[in-house]
Parts: sequence; structure tokens; C-alpha cells
Amino acid sequence: MSNPRADGVETYRGEQQRMGFFTDTSVCIGCKACEVACKEWNAVPEDGLVFTAQSYDNTGELGANTWRHVAFVEQQVEAHDGTTDAMRWLMSSDVCKHCTHAACLDVCPTGALFRTEFGTVVVQEDVCNGCGYCIPACPFGVLDRREIEDDGRVWKCTLCYDRVGDGMTPACAKACPTESIQFGPLDELRERADDRVAELRDAGEQDARLYGADPSDGVGGFGAFFLLLDEPEVYGLPPDPVVTTRDLPEMWRAVGAAALGLAGAVALSMLGRRR
Amino acid sequence: MGSNMAECHPVGFQWVMEAKRRGAEVIHVDPRYTRTSAVASSHVQLRAGSDMAFLGGLVHHILESRRDFREYVLEYTNAPVIIDDRFLDTEDLDGLFSGWDPEKKTYDTTTWQYEGMEVAASAGQRELGATAGEQAGHGGHGSTMHHGEPPSEDRTLEHPRCVYQLLRKHFRRYTPEFVEQTCGVPRDQFLRVAEALCDNSGRDRTSAIVYSVGWTQHTVGVQYIRAAAIVQLLLGNIGRPGGGILALRGHASIQGSTDIPTLYNILPGYIPMPHVHAHQDLRTFVESNAAPGGFWGNMEAYTVSLLKAYWGDNATAENGYCFDYLPRISGDHSIYASVLGMLDGTVEGMIVAGQNPAVGSANSRLHRFAMAELDWLVVRDLFEVETASFWKDGPEIERGELRSEDIGTEVFFMPAAAHTEKDGSFTNTQRLLQWHHKAVEPAGDCRSELWFYYHLGRIIREKLAGSVDEIDRPVLDLQWDYPTAGEIAEPSAEAVLREINGTGPDGELSAYTELKQDGSTSCGCWIYCGVFADATNQAARRVPGSEQTWVAPEWGWAWPANRRILYNRASADPEGRPWSQRKRYVWWDEREGKWTGDDVPDFEPAKRPDYVPPDDAKAQDMIAGDHPFIMQADGRAWLYAPAGLVDGPLPTHFEPEESPFPNGLYGQRSNPARQRFPRPGNEYNDDADGDRFPFVFTTYRLTEHHTAGGMSRTLEYLSELQPAMFCEVSPQLAAERGLEHGGWATVLTRRSAIEARVLVTDRLRPLRVQDRIVHQVGLPYHWGWRGLSTGGAANDLVSITLDPNVHIQEVKAATCDVRPGRLQPGTGGGERP
Amino acid sequence: MTSTERTGHESYYGRPILKQPVWKSEVGWYLFTGGLAGASASLSLAARMAGNRSLARTSSLVAAAAVNVSPLLLVKDLGRPERFLNMLRVFKPTSPMSVGSWLLAATGTAQSAATTCELLDVLPRVGGGAQACAGLLGPALATYTGALLSDTAVPAWHEARRELPAVFAASSCASAGAAATLVGDVRATGPARRLAVLGAAAELVATGIMERRLGVLGEPYRQGRAGRYARVAKPATAAGLAVTALGRGRLRRAGAALILGGAVLQRFAIFEAGKASARDPRYTLALQRQHAG
Repeated sequence: MSNPRADGVETYRGEQQRMGFFTDTSVCIGCKACEVACKEWNAVPEDGLVFTAQSYDNTGELGANTWRHVAFVEQQVEAHDGTTDAMRWLMSSDVCKHCTHAACLDVCPTGALFRTEFGTVVVQEDVCNGCGYCIPACPFGVLDRREIEDDGRVWKCTLCYDRVGDGMTPACAKACPTESIQFGPLDELRERADDRVAELRDAGEQDARLYGADPSDGVGGFGAFFLLLDEPEVYGLPPDPVVTTRDLPEMWRAVGAAALGLAGAVALSMLGRRR
Repeated sequence: MGSNMAECHPVGFQWVMEAKRRGAEVIHVDPRYTRTSAVASSHVQLRAGSDMAFLGGLVHHILESRRDFREYVLEYTNAPVIIDDRFLDTEDLDGLFSGWDPEKKTYDTTTWQYEGMEVAASAGQRELGATAGEQAGHGGHGSTMHHGEPPSEDRTLEHPRCVYQLLRKHFRRYTPEFVEQTCGVPRDQFLRVAEALCDNSGRDRTSAIVYSVGWTQHTVGVQYIRAAAIVQLLLGNIGRPGGGILALRGHASIQGSTDIPTLYNILPGYIPMPHVHAHQDLRTFVESNAAPGGFWGNMEAYTVSLLKAYWGDNATAENGYCFDYLPRISGDHSIYASVLGMLDGTVEGMIVAGQNPAVGSANSRLHRFAMAELDWLVVRDLFEVETASFWKDGPEIERGELRSEDIGTEVFFMPAAAHTEKDGSFTNTQRLLQWHHKAVEPAGDCRSELWFYYHLGRIIREKLAGSVDEIDRPVLDLQWDYPTAGEIAEPSAEAVLREINGTGPDGELSAYTELKQDGSTSCGCWIYCGVFADATNQAARRVPGSEQTWVAPEWGWAWPANRRILYNRASADPEGRPWSQRKRYVWWDEREGKWTGDDVPDFEPAKRPDYVPPDDAKAQDMIAGDHPFIMQADGRAWLYAPAGLVDGPLPTHFEPEESPFPNGLYGQRSNPARQRFPRPGNEYNDDADGDRFPFVFTTYRLTEHHTAGGMSRTLEYLSELQPAMFCEVSPQLAAERGLEHGGWATVLTRRSAIEARVLVTDRLRPLRVQDRIVHQVGLPYHWGWRGLSTGGAANDLVSITLDPNVHIQEVKAATCDVRPGRLQPGTGGGERP
Repeated sequence: MTSTERTGHESYYGRPILKQPVWKSEVGWYLFTGGLAGASASLSLAARMAGNRSLARTSSLVAAAAVNVSPLLLVKDLGRPERFLNMLRVFKPTSPMSVGSWLLAATGTAQSAATTCELLDVLPRVGGGAQACAGLLGPALATYTGALLSDTAVPAWHEARRELPAVFAASSCASAGAAATLVGDVRATGPARRLAVLGAAAELVATGIMERRLGVLGEPYRQGRAGRYARVAKPATAAGLAVTALGRGRLRRAGAALILGGAVLQRFAIFEAGKASARDPRYTLALQRQHAG
């Protein structure tokens, strides 16, 4: 892991506390203001005009040119009032999770990816050389390389580092009309989220659950976590994401053993005739 | 209902979500399951165009189960009033009211009146001639009232001709079974909604109805709203916090565009436009349009002040304040009448500002042909929209139906500044004026509306200067001296706002009650008087909600008088006490001798609740102390509207012009007074077409785009969110027609055809109506052929068929067919208009 | 309160959950050339220490060629090739690519120095020292790529993290030995031949164990493009092994070529299998539902 402290985050030891997102998908109205606000603020290029016929989701997935992605899932359910054949339409704004233990950060060979004083994970676009290692390292498939002429770097959500640094709210949270995207100190958000899940369960919404709020999960909890109304995979999210670095000691040990084996084989091959 | 608020008004919708969080129940009644339905407490799916049956069913339920708020109904509405004995209802005449003239296709409304009284629309005769006009029904002309009350009433509500009993009779057959048969809503589901509404109304609780163009864009649009008004009045929800009927508008300032109107038949503040024959002078105009009762009794003061604003010192008592200079109307000059006039050669030119009729108006194909007949066309817009380019790249050019070289229209495209590039105000649906400030200079040749019209006027006046021709006097005598600033000589928007607010001998006026008819006051719009009170731009106020009361009166300025809920006297009982503490809003303070509360009381401040008007009272003095509906001469809310509407005093279920079903109640199938224009290019289905176009379709918006797409399909970030025109169909319809999810389909109507991608979804379930299955097709109407995202225009499919009261097009329910595959090149056109 | 019956979305419209690596065939080739370079450097050192100057020289040349082609391949694959030096901004043990960049830089410098001294016949001590460095770093250079691939979320790689370094070690030995056999003096390349045969055998065994241990995640290795590569690689390696071991004269060079070809294809098979496993959400879900269960 990259210099973990007790809570796993090697935060800059300044006055800042860890900031993050709580995305309460139960109040998302699928308006996509978050997608547009993010692109406007960060000058993210257009990501393709493609009619996907996947409900109202023509964006598809997160990537170098999409840092907020609203997912739409149409479902047939049994309604609360007992009538059959009722509908449910899940809507959810996905984003980089700014993991406590971030694989992208761990594997970045140039140091372009770093952890800010707010606990967020940011790519420095003036350092990134587009090696692309972070891309398969991310268990959520967040990062990608911008294959536009002359660019070639990896881009992702910065949690509006430039706005947050000036005491402002990230663009998506600011634009969200229903406060589905909430920004603030992470511990406060987690408390609020716990209350909200309890509130929903009391109202009969048994499938409501938090995703990424648990510090003991495979990435140490997310800096941007969610309230979902169904299993993560329904939204295209991994059910049990793990930071790949967790197994790195094992990998180095395997490398060590293999290297020794190689050396041994070479030495062994010297025994015997030259011809 | 009739609204997709989450998708079309997402920012406003945050307050619905907030209410829901605090325990409100949100019921969404809509032909489709939309993003609003997804977050509502429940969704009720009904057949597009059958809303009246549903609303009538609610009225029936309230009346028959005695769930009305009796004291409110008795005291504040015209429920006890007895109607003329010659009145006949749709129950008597199989779908007609008394007074129908089948040749003229109009109603003589004499038999609809209150017994013993002549009631006419007191806010004026908005139009004379074949049709009546916009918002004509603001109150009753009460010349024979006794102490402010109509002569014949039955306060026991039992007289067979009292309004209450007429309502019962009229809606007797609007049973839950009828609702199920007509709307496709299971009766149990309907009753749950009805009960929820009733349970949540009364002294302690109020319910609100929200609608948008899903209700207005029908041949019975105005009557839909009337039906909602009846429901809310019976339940006592009008004038009370958390109640009311909220109209969500289609544009940021469309309320403003009727307040300071861009409509042909009204002047600022809803004063009627004078008619060429009926209103030869100011005196006649005022007499025929003012009401002796209510605040419209001051019509002369409002009109004279307006004339002073237009012509300044040139307007004097001697010349009737230049009343002669006002243009006159001679009939129906609404947009659709004008467009047909273009085809017929009676309209030669048009200025189109921020509108895109080539793809945005009903029967947009016909509009394109019409514009091809113009001599000249000016288009002002942010982008070169389809209306500016139809002559070179429209579908008719592609199909070879028109050739550019044959189109004689001279088209001027004038680039427009965006709202961030100019000062100005928006007036949105709750009558709230909010100022916006210029943030950047417009680029290149882009100019604001204000700049365009001011300099156009200036240049015309310069060209006419020195003329002795009488016909030029109205333009030359105008007060046209706005200050300008900057390199491009931008006129001061605040100066215009001041002029609208009005001035008197002592400077800026503060209230419309200060307006005089002696020429000493000038006011550009009486309902806006007060927006610049104390020489301050009240519309620019931005006190945060956390720093003021819950009514938030210091954010912007609402007309009239910064009052936030109209008719709020109704939030108190006849004695002036709140109906309940929980729902207190405005009440009578006996000690202070005035009305007080959380909002500006919508009542004369010192008028006691027990005030009884003397017989010779005039204007607002005719309103009793316990009658909150002060814009009516009788001070009451009209459950039954004796005047002001051309198609009936009571809302009636009629089928849309195009429908797969007969009327389940009456022989009269559709609104008899609706405006039809059968002509080539605007053909209607005939009986033989029942099978050709078996599916109901409705048109609507998506969050991602804006109207005809000029402001959204030209932008990458929005175009990529919804990149293609598509139709929404159920899996069952897709199977029946062989439509492939994600593939292409062609949608056809009697007039034209377009192509669209296919989105198969369960959100548009087939409905069971009149014992058979009917399919509905959903069509967003945002597309046209220009921009980053292009596609077929849904408006090409619809006809021009209008509500007779306000000339609004019926685009929310019609019939079509859907076939798999793309439109073949060169096809899709219909008859040449 | 209510039970909900879902009409089953087990994935989001079948879309991938992960992003597949954006690395192109240059990286596939690098897996081969890096391994070849590392093992050849060790072979050269061992030969030198055993007094087999001919083999030492041959392997040194192979190593130098491979170790200098390698950075060209990697730099070409970068999104911003002109920023390749940023690889040396930091040294991060948590990043196999960081470690590998330094390894490649160090081994490359050392081996190039050693081979230069050899060819120009100057500074023998420097050359010897350089070869020693290169030879000692060689095994690491040849095997770290196993960690490089494993240290991702790619199911077919991550779950093979214990076996991949061994597969690469074996493949590198096979490649180094085969290369030397192919281009070297037959009178001195006996050890190379033995290394090639040993490596090839180990490669086949290690790959087999890896695929078996992967279970359902072994599917991507058998299907699609990866499967096609593997179905040529394995017989080629096996045939090459047999021919090199048992053949005489020119046949041995032929066998060596087969082993080399098999090694290249095997690297590409692993490369493609990973990408395929990232593209299909089923693999991520299968793996994680195990954990969650």
C-alpha cells in the first residue's frame, strides 16, 4: 500500500480533513446535470454521439472523457401497494471512488497519480505519460486514456481539486438539483448516509444499502460512496472490489522465487558438455 | 398530471423531492412512466387525451361521497348561485350545452348566465368575431348584484339549478367504472388516488396539483385546467399554503411573455387589445371592458397609465391619451391563423425571434411551406436554426417538393445574444420576476432583443422623421428615449423596468392602487407596478432563504404587489381566522384592524371580514369581507363559469380530434367548438382511417434537450446525452409491428411521416380502454435537421387543431401508425399545403 | 414489506465492469524481449564464469540487442512517448512498472556497457563488472513482468499471480537458450541447448498448472484470440523441445526456432487472455461473488 496510516489514507498532514461524495441514488432524477457540469468545468471533450438504446443511458460508462456517468435500469417489480407488474427505474450517477487504498495510485510509475490533502486521488496531467498501467489496475474501470490527437494521457475525476481547494463545491454536486450528489467531510457523509438508509428501510425500501461506506472492504472504503437500491452489479459495479496491491507482497515473493529458479536453471545448464 | 416535472423542470422539482422527504405523497398521472414517475410515490398510467374523464371522475367522487370542504365551498365559491332556467347541460343535449349554433360553430352564452343577471367577462372582450380570446374569463360583470351577491342563491345547495346541483348532474356519469373504461386506469387505482386527495385536503391539510403542457395542449386544454380548478375549489385548496394549481411553463419567461405580452390580443397586464369596430375610442373601450366590480373596475387607470408610458407627453386628455394610436385587431391573428394567412397570401412578412416553427410548431411541414410564401422573413436566434435555413436544406428541398430557386422569401438571419450576455428579467410561473445581469459582452454581431427592437424603432423613426402623414404619427410620437451604453449602444434594461413599474408626480410608483386615470401616472404594466418601488430593482433582490421568512418575499419580486399566493384571503375562514393553525397563512388582526400574516394579504388591508357592500358600491368596494376571489365581480370562485369560455361553463369529457375511440358518454365526440382547418397539408383522419392509424401517440420533452433543439442539439455536451430521435414503444407493440429495439422505425400520420430509432420499453404499457387493448407511442419532439444531433421532427406529424379559447395546438394526443425500417429517401411528405 | 422480483440484470447491459489494458502489441513483444534479455544476460555471465567465452559473447550480444529493443517498444506504446523519462521520476516498490523501468534501465546500461567493451575489446574489467551487474539483475528483469500483469484487476492475470512469474521465468530460459543455440557456435552452445530444453519443459508444465488452478478464469486462455495463439504455442514449444533435445546439427537450430516461436506466442496468449477476461463482466462477477458469498 502507498504509505497507509491507521485509517489507510496517507493524507497530507495539514489541517484538511478527508472530503468526499455521498451519492444517494434514491433521489436521483436522471437529469444528467452532473455529467454536463463536470464537462463544462473540466473542459472534458465530447465522448461520442451514440444511440445505445440502453434506456436513457447514451453515455455508457466512465472513461477518459466521461467522469460522471448516469446509469439507468428499468425493472419490473411488485409495487408497494401490492399491485403486480409495477415499474421501477433505477438511476445512479457513477464516479471515481477515490479509494482509501487506490490501486491506480499504487501502480502509477511516474508519480502522476497522487493523494491530495483532501484524501482524494488526482492525476497530474503534466506528469502522466500515458503508460496506461492504472487503467487495468482500477477495480471499477474508471480510468482510461484519452486517445485524442496529441493528448495520450489518462484522465479521471479530480473531485474538482481546483474548486475544493478554493473552498467551493465540486461542479457535479453543485449542479445536482435534488442533492443526490452530496459533498462534504467524509465522516459526516457516512453518518448522514447511515441515517438515510435507516429511513429508507423504515419506509419499506428493504433493498436500500450503502456501497463503499465500509472501511473494512477491499479498498478500505470509498472516498466517494453510494446508496444503492439494488445489487451493485445491476448498476455495472463490482460487488466486492479489491485493491490489487493487497496481494502485492505475494506477487513479489513469487517473482523472487521465480528469479531464483531462473538463476538456478542457468547455473545448472552450465554443467555438462560445451557442445 | 399533464406534467413530467422531474424531466422538464428538474431544478424546481428539487422542492417536490424535499416535500417528499418531509412526508408528502407525490402521485404522478401520465400516459408514460417517466423519470418523474420513478421518484414519485406512485404512478398512474392513463390514455393520452383522457385526462378529463379522470378529473371528472375526481369531481364525481368528491361530490357523491360528500368529501367537499363544505364551508369553503358554500362561502367562497358560486356553488349556491342559481343559474338561468334556460340553461341546458351536456346531459340534456348529448354533449352540447344550450346556445350552440352549428353553422357558426359557436355558443351563444346568454342562457349560461346567473339567473337575473347579465354576466360578461369583466376583464374584457378580448376578441370579437368568430372566436374569443385568451384569458377572457377574469370575473363577472355584476351590474344587478345586491350587496355584492348575485340575485338568486340557495345556500342549502339543493335547488336543482344551483351550481352545486348542476355540477352533480353534469358529472353524474363520471363514475370509477367510466374512468376505467375511458382512461384505462383500474377503478381501484383511481379510487386510491381520489381518496388520497380527499384525505389530504380540508382544514388541516392541503394538496397541490401541478400541470404543464400535458394539459394545455389539447382541444380541451383550458377545460382541463377548469376541471382541476373545480377539484381544488371543492376540496378547499385554493389560496392556501401547500395547495393551489401550479402551471409549469415551457420556457424560463413564458409567464413574462404574456404579462408584457407577445400575444396579439392583449396589452401589458392583460388589458384587451382594442377591436377595430367595437372600440372606437377610449371611453367605449373602457366601458365595454371594465367590470364595475373587482379590481378590473380600475381598467381606465391602468389603460391611461399604459398609454402615457407609450406616448409620454404626447398623450393628453384631449386626444384620449393617444388611444387612437393603438393597433386594432379585427379577428383571430394568432400564430396559426397567421401561418395559414401566409399560405393564402394575406401575410407577407414575419419576424421570428427565439422560435423555430420550421420544426417546433404543430404541423411544422405546413409551416415550412407557409414561410416559403412570405416576401420576407427575419429570424433572430443563437444559431442558424431550421427556420432560417429551411429554404436551402429542409426536407422539402431534399424531397424535391420545393426548390430553393423558386422560393421568393428573403430571409434575414440576425444573431442573438444569450441571456448571459444581457441584462433583463425572467418572469416564471409563480409570477416571480428575477433579474439577471449581463456577465459577458455578446460576441460579434450578436445582439439582445432589447437592442434589436430599440434600434429598429430608432431607425424607423429616423426614416420617418419630418413626415406629415397621419399614419406615421403613432411611431413618431412614441416616447423612445431609452439611455444606451457601451460600444454597441445597448439600451438600459433597468430603464425599461422603471418604465414598466411606472412613475407618478413623486417618482417611482409602489403599487397599482396609485395609478390614476387623469394622466398623472405612467405605467408600462399595471400588474408589475411595484417592481421598482423605492427606486430599487426589487426583481434583483437575492436575500438567501436562510435569512428570511419561509415565504421568502425578499427573493425577487412577484406580481402583483409581491404577493406570493393569490387569493390568500381564502386561507382564513369567513370570520378571518385561519382554517387551522397548521395551515395558517393570512388572517384578520382585530386589534390592528387589518389583515396580516406570512404573505402580502390578497385583500384590501383594512376591509373587515364582516364588511357588507352597499348597493351602489363600485369596483373593489363591491366585494364583501368574506369573499376572497377579488378579481371576480361577485368575489367568489367560479365552479361554474357563466362567462369567459367559449366552449362551456363546465368541463366535459371529449375525445381528441384524432382518437381510436368513440366518446363513451356523448354523441358529440370531440369539442364542438374546437378550431379545425381542413385543407391540403392539414388533413384530418376520417372514419376510414380508424384502422390506418390505430395507435395513440403523444409528444413530449426530454431533460437533455430544449424544445425544437436550437439551444441543445447545437451543443456537444447535450447532444451526446440524447444523440438521436427515437420513439418509445411497448414490447407488445414492437412484437406486433416487428420493431427492433435499437433499430429504425417510420411513424406515419394522415399528414406526414418521419423516421426514428426504436426504444422498446415497459414504461409504455398497452392499456385496456373500452374493452380492448390500445397501444401508445411516445415521441420526443426535439429534433430537426440541423445541428450536431439531427433527426425527424415529431411536429411534422401533428395537425393544426386548436383549443377555441386560446388557440393552443393539440399535440398531446393523436393517432399514428408505426412500421419497421427507415423512411425511404424522397418519401415522408404528404399533400402539398 | 415487499419482495421484489427482478427480471434479471446480472450485469449492466452486458457491459464490462473493468477497463481492459490499452497496451498494444508492443507490450506483448516486450514481455518476450525483456525476458530474453534478462535470461540472456544471466546466461552470458554464467558462461563467462564457466570459461565458455564463445557462449558468453553470443549471449551478451543477444542480451544487448533484446535489452535495447525493449525500451523502444515500451516508449512507442506510451500515450506521451516524449515523456518516457518520467518513468524515472520516482522509484515505487508498489508499482511493478516503476520497479521494472529501473530494472530495465539498470540492466540495459550494464549489459550495453558489457557488450560494448566485449565488442571493442576494451576495458575488460569494466566489462566484466558490467556483465556481472547485468547477469545478477537479469533474473529479476525476466520475471518482474509476472507481477506487472498480476498487479491489476484483470481476473485472468490477478488470479494467476502465483504462477505467472514462474511461467515467465521458464519462458525466458527457453528463449535465451534457444536464441543462443540459434545464432551461436554449435561447439559452445551445449549449455544453451540444455537451458532451452529445460525452460521449454518448465514453460509447458507451469502454464498447465496455472490454467488448471484458474478454473473458470482459465476460459479466456482457451478461447478467442488467446486460445488460437495457445493452440499454436504449445505444440510449437513441445516440438521444439523434442527436436532440440534429440536432434543433431541443423535440426537443433530448427528446434530452437520453434521454441522461440512458441515462447513469443505463449506471451501473446497470456496478453490476450487477460484483455478478454477484463472485457467480459462475467469473470469479475464470478470471482467476486465467490468472495462475497
